[in-house]
Amino acid sequence: MSDVGFNRTGVWALYRFEMARFVRTVVQSVVTPVITTSLYFVVFGSAIGSRMSRVGGVPYGAFIVPGLIMLSILTSSISNASFGIYFPKFTGTIYEILSAPISFIEMLIGYVGAAATKSVILGLIILATSAAFVPVQVHHPAWMIAFLLLTAVTFSVFGFVIGVWANGFEQLQLIPMLIVTPLTFLGGAFYSIDMLPPRWRTVALFNPVVYLVSGFRWSFYDTADVAVGISLGMTSLFLVVLLAILYWIFKTGYRLKK
Amino acid sequence: MSAPILKISGLTKSYASGFVALKGVDLEIAKGEIFALLGPNGAGKTTLISVVCGIVTPTSGTVVAAGHDIVRDYRSARFRIGLVPQELTTDAFESVWATVSFSRGLFRRSPNPAYVEKVLRELSLWDKRKSRIMTLSGGMKRRVMIAKALAHEPEILFLDEPTAGVDVELRRDMWALVRRLRDEGVTIILTTHYIDEAEEMADRIGIINKGELILVEDKATLMQKLGKRRLTLNLQEPIAQLPGALAGWPLALKAGGHQLEYTFDAHDAAGAHPRDIPSLLRRLGELGVGFKDLHTSQSSLEEIFVSLVSGGAREVGT
Repeated sequence: MSDVGFNRTGVWALYRFEMARFVRTVVQSVVTPVITTSLYFVVFGSAIGSRMSRVGGVPYGAFIVPGLIMLSILTSSISNASFGIYFPKFTGTIYEILSAPISFIEMLIGYVGAAATKSVILGLIILATSAAFVPVQVHHPAWMIAFLLLTAVTFSVFGFVIGVWANGFEQLQLIPMLIVTPLTFLGGAFYSIDMLPPRWRTVALFNPVVYLVSGFRWSFYDTADVAVGISLGMTSLFLVVLLAILYWIFKTGYRLKK
Repeated sequence: MSAPILKISGLTKSYASGFVALKGVDLEIAKGEIFALLGPNGAGKTTLISVVCGIVTPTSGTVVAAGHDIVRDYRSARFRIGLVPQELTTDAFESVWATVSFSRGLFRRSPNPAYVEKVLRELSLWDKRKSRIMTLSGGMKRRVMIAKALAHEPEILFLDEPTAGVDVELRRDMWALVRRLRDEGVTIILTTHYIDEAEEMADRIGIINKGELILVEDKATLMQKLGKRRLTLNLQEPIAQLPGALAGWPLALKAGGHQLEYTFDAHDAAGAHPRDIPSLLRRLGELGVGFKDLHTSQSSLEEIFVSLVSGGAREVGT
């Protein structure tokens, strides 16, 4: 048996371990977000949405679908990946992973792969749920899947960074609560940024979530706040920045190794 | 020594706080031996193991395991090393079977249910294979950690305080397991507080104190070199004081004159001065001191250890 090169069984072991946790906590991981999202559709889609005008030719209830899916994917990617790497740190079981013949990159693939898989599954479930409430169309299915994957992976990497950085459960919650939730709500999930006053529109362009939501919505309804290429580019740029931070973390063993 | 399976050269570890855990440790371990690392709390035992296993980054120095540098060639090195850490850290929700299979995969071994079964049976975990780890007792969790360390068939096994806080039965099982692994050619390095454990198990003993390896020696040589022997005679008639003719002998009266205790260096026995047991007995015969029973004992490793780490912590064997 070869003992050098890519540790396939190791990545698979980590991936399966994380997925098993997902299955065990299926109520928390899937049912809760589905109920929450359904409530959004009831409130914004049916109750308020019926009194709102169309946005870019799309009924309001349908307009918010991509944003809501993005919201769930962002939140679940971050929480799954951050918890996945933080928990072994917390319990001490990380000793085994650190002493295993597995590189940091392979660890990342295992944890991020599992977290992203969970998010994509969740996103598709929410999409199916929303179709029960509002008329949803997907104009560019391939792009839709591409954005789904890119977002899930990017924010799972982000979650992984948070999980490595966090020194306590409070810190684990801090960034998602303090930064991610506001960015998401201000990221155009419930409105087009064209509706904002010009000054705030400029500010909004610094929000990475705007590009995600815009690009994702374009794949549904062919309308976008910013050009789809820019959406893709900005998301990829965010991913590259995260990978650069990770490179530094792995290089120094920051908060993983003593 | 033939080519060592583990070669540690000039290993140092200092922390950002300025604390120096290891001060230039050099150590070679032969293939197939059982090596016991003794030392008081905070001596650097766990740090040394953690560096070899890749959990702690060394400040300087090199470690070569089975011919593979642990930094440059970490995949090949770690593939061959198993670790049972001191702390009881296990997953909670996974089954015993799942966690041991996980370890095997993590260490890049393809699945082998027959081997995992063998390990679980050997550690009396087979009946518990479907149990969640959180439902197991502390001793059972310790067994699970050993099973995880053995899951990938390591050539070098580190046991950090393997019997700290475990019951007699598990301790005995563990010793049996260590011996069987050695018979299979596995090299075992264990740290311990229990000197009798090192005495019972080890081929060689290293003593570490304040980050320095102060002694490495074959157990037998060490015992012989540093051990004292003691002869205790139960006298027929109690005597009030030592006969003047025995003044030059290291003797002491014990138990109100009922016992005569003779202490001598084990390696002096064959020396120029006839201070061995037969000489003493002859002398006593000439003086008419009769005895009804006698027994000899050799000083334990514990005494040797305490005398070596004098000034250090005194928590050995607690």
